[in-house]
Amino acid sequence: MASITISLDKCNGCTICLKACPFGAIHMANKKAVIDMAACTLCGACAEVCKFSAIEIKEDSGQKKDLTAYRDVWVFCEQKKCVVQSISFELLGEGRKLADKLGVKLCAVILGSGIEALAEELAERGADRIYLVDHPALKSFQDEPYTEVLVKLAEEYKPEAILCGATTIGRSLVSRVAIKINAGLTADCTELDIDLKERLLLQTRPAFGGNIMATIITPNHRPQMATVRHKVMQEAGIEKGRKAEVIKKSYPEEVFKSRTRLLDIVEEIGETVNLSEADIIVSGGRGMGGKEGLALVGELAKALGGAVGASRSAVDADWIPYSHQVGQTGKTVCPKLYIACGISGQIQHLIGMQSAKVIVAINKDPDAPIFKIATYGIVGDVFDIVPALTKEFKRVLKK
Amino acid sequence: MNIIVCIKQVPNTTDVKIDPVTNTLIREGVESVINPFDAYAIEEAVRLKERCGGKVTVLTMGPPQAENALREALALGCDEAVLVSDRKFAGSDTWATSYTLAAAIRKIGDFDVILCGKQASDGDTAQVGPGISAHLDIPQVTYVKKIEEISGTVAKVERMTEEGYDVVETPLPCLFTVVKEINTPRLPSLKGMMRAKSAKPLKWTAEDIEADPAALGLDGSPTRVIKIFTPEQRKGGEMLKGDTADISKELVELLKDLVI
Repeated sequence: MASITISLDKCNGCTICLKACPFGAIHMANKKAVIDMAACTLCGACAEVCKFSAIEIKEDSGQKKDLTAYRDVWVFCEQKKCVVQSISFELLGEGRKLADKLGVKLCAVILGSGIEALAEELAERGADRIYLVDHPALKSFQDEPYTEVLVKLAEEYKPEAILCGATTIGRSLVSRVAIKINAGLTADCTELDIDLKERLLLQTRPAFGGNIMATIITPNHRPQMATVRHKVMQEAGIEKGRKAEVIKKSYPEEVFKSRTRLLDIVEEIGETVNLSEADIIVSGGRGMGGKEGLALVGELAKALGGAVGASRSAVDADWIPYSHQVGQTGKTVCPKLYIACGISGQIQHLIGMQSAKVIVAINKDPDAPIFKIATYGIVGDVFDIVPALTKEFKRVLKK
Repeated sequence: MNIIVCIKQVPNTTDVKIDPVTNTLIREGVESVINPFDAYAIEEAVRLKERCGGKVTVLTMGPPQAENALREALALGCDEAVLVSDRKFAGSDTWATSYTLAAAIRKIGDFDVILCGKQASDGDTAQVGPGISAHLDIPQVTYVKKIEEISGTVAKVERMTEEGYDVVETPLPCLFTVVKEINTPRLPSLKGMMRAKSAKPLKWTAEDIEADPAALGLDGSPTRVIKIFTPEQRKGGEMLKGDTADISKELVELLKDLVI
């Protein structure tokens, strides 16, 4: 069993570890650090900051496995209705950098039905090799057949890393795959890098609602799997005519079996732009006063070709469906531009949008917390300013 | 119908603040609460019981004080509570956590439905729910926003997607992770609170759930946290001043390159 110990000889009571512990598990007694074992998660943050090497974490790290058979960086490419989703291009862009650092191939994995033509597109986006599985059962995403196929591919071809979008499909799928192949999986990464010496994927992600960041590795298991947040990585460029090796795989019918059955796919009307894919989001909160007020937000979004978001209070008041909610209990978004209209900026909302590149806040309350993080702030009447902005944007964009 | 609902006790994110001087998390005064998404799972479990009969067992893995979260769940209408707690679980990542919970579920035995919140608000991974179903080798439907129909052997549910929702039919037993839209959780009843106060949650150790020690805690976790740091806090920028017309012109000028 793994354990953590503090050497009383080495600890000089500096308390730096108290501050470093994200779980509040360390206190001082007789000028020495003491760990509350019930709260400690062995995360190692304390051991890292200790200047006196007084904290030691021991694990029963059996034999170091031989991982040399695992090569290449894989990107799981999502397709819907035979259209490759933009997240896949972002992953190919990032995957290219990682594969180059490691000196290995970048491979795309694509599953679907009638998708052979998509290979060309993936090659032009930088894939050196494409694993393609085409079967009617893979037409739309289903947990079990997608899991089985990805497991089979990974077991046969042994990638050292697999990247996947942190989308509803991605998170559902690779969580299941990682268990079946005993792999490490890190969720919702916003930064990836390589430690060349150990050939490790360095996965950095926000936790505690973005209040802290953690860098995570998978030292002794392969593949190293990560889901990656949408809109954070740069899309791979298109290199016309670029070719890749295509490996088409087929499997016995039982691999495609699914206990769940997809009866219908419903696309909700009105939601013309998918929030998590949107480059521009205009959001409304309680300050918009009601459905009519929120319509002004919709008009601005339309003028900008953006999506409509909302704060929790607007959703709870039934002014707009839950699918538009941004924040802790809604969606996490990362657009280039986020315009918050009549949103005060509760921490739960900020968690969902504070990684936007540019934030504009319009609110009548000069002390609203949203202004603390806004790139541009406007104190004023939303009913006055939002329509004026719509008009002005329309005028400029028409040119 | 036997329903198991898995919950997690988390620090209340609203209370987590950054010390502006030392740039570290301020933990004082941070209370522990049931993960907000799990409240919807608990409510849905109780509604399923009201709809189909049966019983709800609430399960958590955590330190001894996680018992408080179980009592809250009992007050909300769950019938039985199980706490799996052992020093051996310390350092569990999502792989080891889902392994441990799956082992506890096997010990509970008979179940038709497992409900989880879509993710926990501290880790935000959304990996433990699907991890449990993978360990148990049962079907899963994630991001469920509505259970349309459910009988003893089959259920029809709506799974939220980026564009709308999928309608999915699944045999039982099955694991669902649920989103906020599925219901509005009730408040605890007085009777529930009284019952919760005197209830005695079952407490199981690693040995009780017959878990493989090598698959537990830090040793059973493929991933390792190597660094924890505070992100640079976003700073407020420029305040635009003037009358509406001036402000609009100025802002549009500032954003022009971004929107064209």
